[in-house]
Amino acid sequence: MLLRAFRSVVGILFLVQASVTNAEMTIEIIGAGEYQVPVAIVPFGGDGKLAQAIKDVVVGDLLRSGLFRMVDAEGMSPHAPAEVSYPEWQKRGAEALVIGTVTAKADGRIDARFHLLDAVKQAKLIDQAVSAEDGQLRAIGHRIADLVYEKLTGDRGVFNTRIAYVNRIETKYKLMVADSDGYNEQVVLSQDSPIMSPSWSPDGSHLAYVSFETGHAVVYVQSLYTGQRKVLADFSGSNSAPAWSPDGKQLAVVLTRDGSSQIYLVRPDGSGFRRLTYTDAIDTEPNFSPDGQYLLFTSDRGGSPEIYRMAIKGGSVQRMTFGEGNNYSPSHSPDGKGFVYTHFTNGKFFIATQDFKTEQMEILTEGGWEKKPSFAPNGKLIMFASEARGRGILATVSSDGRVKQRIFSQSGDAREPVWGPYP
Amino acid sequence: MKKLVISVVLVNLLAACASEKPKEPVAAPMSAAPAAAPVAEAPAAVEPAAAETAAPVAEIDELNDPDSILAKRSTHYPFDVSVIQEDDKPLVQAHAKYLSEHPERNVRLEGNCDERGSNEYNLALGQRRADGVRKMLQLGGVNASQMTTVSYGEEKPKATGHNEASWWQNRRTDIVY
Repeated sequence: MLLRAFRSVVGILFLVQASVTNAEMTIEIIGAGEYQVPVAIVPFGGDGKLAQAIKDVVVGDLLRSGLFRMVDAEGMSPHAPAEVSYPEWQKRGAEALVIGTVTAKADGRIDARFHLLDAVKQAKLIDQAVSAEDGQLRAIGHRIADLVYEKLTGDRGVFNTRIAYVNRIETKYKLMVADSDGYNEQVVLSQDSPIMSPSWSPDGSHLAYVSFETGHAVVYVQSLYTGQRKVLADFSGSNSAPAWSPDGKQLAVVLTRDGSSQIYLVRPDGSGFRRLTYTDAIDTEPNFSPDGQYLLFTSDRGGSPEIYRMAIKGGSVQRMTFGEGNNYSPSHSPDGKGFVYTHFTNGKFFIATQDFKTEQMEILTEGGWEKKPSFAPNGKLIMFASEARGRGILATVSSDGRVKQRIFSQSGDAREPVWGPYP
Repeated sequence: MKKLVISVVLVNLLAACASEKPKEPVAAPMSAAPAAAPVAEAPAAVEPAAAETAAPVAEIDELNDPDSILAKRSTHYPFDVSVIQEDDKPLVQAHAKYLSEHPERNVRLEGNCDERGSNEYNLALGQRRADGVRKMLQLGGVNASQMTTVSYGEEKPKATGHNEASWWQNRRTDIVY
């Protein structure tokens, strides 16, 4: 394979700083993978404006992963494999090369064709057409970046996925959906009352969330296609913490209707409530395992908040976190082998992971105001809420802790992010 | 605890960031704040002697007396605690007495938390704080139908600083008439 040589440089940490910026958003990248693939992205032929926009998206995506570095393509403009001068690219140190063309059709449709070439072996790796509706230019870029990422790393890309989060500007709350890089924001709900805990349906068609618009916490389910929504749980007290099962046939929610905060199952239409936990303690933040058999959740049944695991069908409850500090907000890794959570100690919040086998906590971040982590669907990145310069922001960290990025939106506090499924 | 690393934290000063506002989190206004009681932290007065507060003639609602213990309408808590503290018991008991003598009056008990912990955990904790006050009021003779509870968790902070002075203000249950 093209890039297996990279483990040879152990102990040296490559650092990169890169920024992608426009009027709306600033993204800072800190750190880098152990080895970064040197790749050249040549501006596509055809429509120059479209070509530049696509290149910006592809470059931004690949840089943010921390696994690539860009080789200068200055003065070179091949658009088809036959036009490529491999010795020149080898001289520039490129291992891979992305070239292509893009055209806008009369109906607004955008067609791109791109090639990924192995500059060392002088071989074609990908030859593919990608097209999109008018206005979906960024989606083309994300799709190309996904294909390049997948070919060169062996892992599926997540550049074409979406995230949901809550944006708070003074007393205004907005439930937002955006591309995984924070661009292309869309407002799902906007109001003067708090919104909490968005949760994606497994097919990406619906969001469940908590809204205070009627004066207390009520759980709603809303279609992202039609905008239609319905009440999932509205009992006295608090209704909160919705989490979809992997098959989309039920949700876990937290209700106080029978006393303290307890976990229940309910169908997506709001029928068939079934209580799962029976304690006087706080049991909250349920999260399904990918096989749908288990829940991780936060409970203070042992005196302070820690992570626990229980089988859906019942049986013993297992405590998962021990040691100093408190732990919150567990979320399974997509392969089901571990989970990510918020660790609080000495006045700081950290993002941490734990493997079910080793039971070791691995802290991934420096600590600060870091909360509510969730995995990208490929398990390689984790998104969480952080704080910088006095504002709530979105941030990601690679699952090995090496690469971090911070996403600054235009205004307000970004809170409660959650990574959506593959499209 | 291993490879956190990425030793150099490089912060680019980009044009976009230069225009950053220094600090801005603003509390959601307490839309349901009690109109009558700005709840100053007045020293917990002893029960006002009935003789000096009012002449026997007119019916004066003790609730509107700023010198009454009933003017205090918030209980406060240590971090991650929902048990009513000794200092706050007299005020809860005073409200219990008042409400049991005024069955026509209703209250909403609003639980709040500081920003530490997860939002969902704090929502649950705030609910437990409010429920704790309800329980004490009920034991003091208040009818369950006179009370509702709600938790705002950490979502409606009264003070927005990242320090104990703010957190202390935010860890509370408000008794709202």
